[in-house]
Amino acid sequence: MKLDGNAIGGVLLELFGDDMTAAGSICGSCGAREEMARLDVYIGAGYVVRCHSCEAVMIRIVQGRSRTWIDLSGTASLELG
Amino acid sequence: MAETALAGRLTWLVASVAGGLQETRRVRTLELDIPGWIGHRAGQHLDVRLTAEDGYQAERSYSIASAPGDGLALTIERLEDGEVSPYLVDDAREGDQFEVRGPIGGYFVWDGDEPGPVLLVAGGSGVVPLMAMARHRARIGSETPMRLVYSSRTWEDVIYRDELEALGLEVVHTLTREQPPGWSGYSRRIDTDLLREVAWPASESPRVYVCGSTRFVDAAADGLLELGYEPAWIRTERFGATG
Repeated sequence: MKLDGNAIGGVLLELFGDDMTAAGSICGSCGAREEMARLDVYIGAGYVVRCHSCEAVMIRIVQGRSRTWIDLSGTASLELG
Repeated sequence: MAETALAGRLTWLVASVAGGLQETRRVRTLELDIPGWIGHRAGQHLDVRLTAEDGYQAERSYSIASAPGDGLALTIERLEDGEVSPYLVDDAREGDQFEVRGPIGGYFVWDGDEPGPVLLVAGGSGVVPLMAMARHRARIGSETPMRLVYSSRTWEDVIYRDELEALGLEVVHTLTREQPPGWSGYSRRIDTDLLREVAWPASESPRVYVCGSTRFVDAAADGLLELGYEPAWIRTERFGATG
């Protein structure tokens, strides 16, 4: 299901310790800068976050019972306010 | 202690149902008591976690309907094959407890201190976080012009129908599936032409909040961009049938 970055605000709040929906993100592929709330989020067994401009994968998150795996290799930077 | 405050924010809290109100056939508002809750901003949501006896857990996000300072109320739409919403809408009783995490969101929020008129665009239960903004505006006595464009299937599906009339904002309804006899309002999906008739002109640099399904939000946002709105004016929140 395709939603947006608001939908993983709770997960990100727990992982990063701060609100991330208003955080600035820069796509590692095309350099587009967007608040995380504006990114495309696909929810299945985990979360796949894609650039709203070029659709490149920016973040992948998979959560198990006792651990969380995060792949940020598609993100150039994150900026918290 | 800082550590205590941090833990209170980041961990799951226990919420107790303090009251309920049936809004429509499929939609109910639940008032919650949450010891340790830090308060919220208009437009934010929280996550609800239910745990079964065998340990199975289900988490879903729900928008906060109440104005900041007015206690905490969620408005929930029942999804027929959902794992969480049928319990919250049909079965949750006063005193029932479940876990919540939040408040969540620093992007889709309206604090009432920005200049310019506000346009709210709601598809179905996407009206819930926008209702928090409308209630907040009334509560703080703001004179910021606010207009709600609200798409529902039928008149019976309109959430907060009576209260919306009393909040002092302009409300434009469109009923996409069935209209009552003598209906003189809109009866089609929100598109560029409809928005051209009801949205503030781009020259006023309005703040826009759009909430609904992904398809609804994309259509509304695209329509506003066609009318000359800047992308930065338009804040969007998409929700889906995750139950």
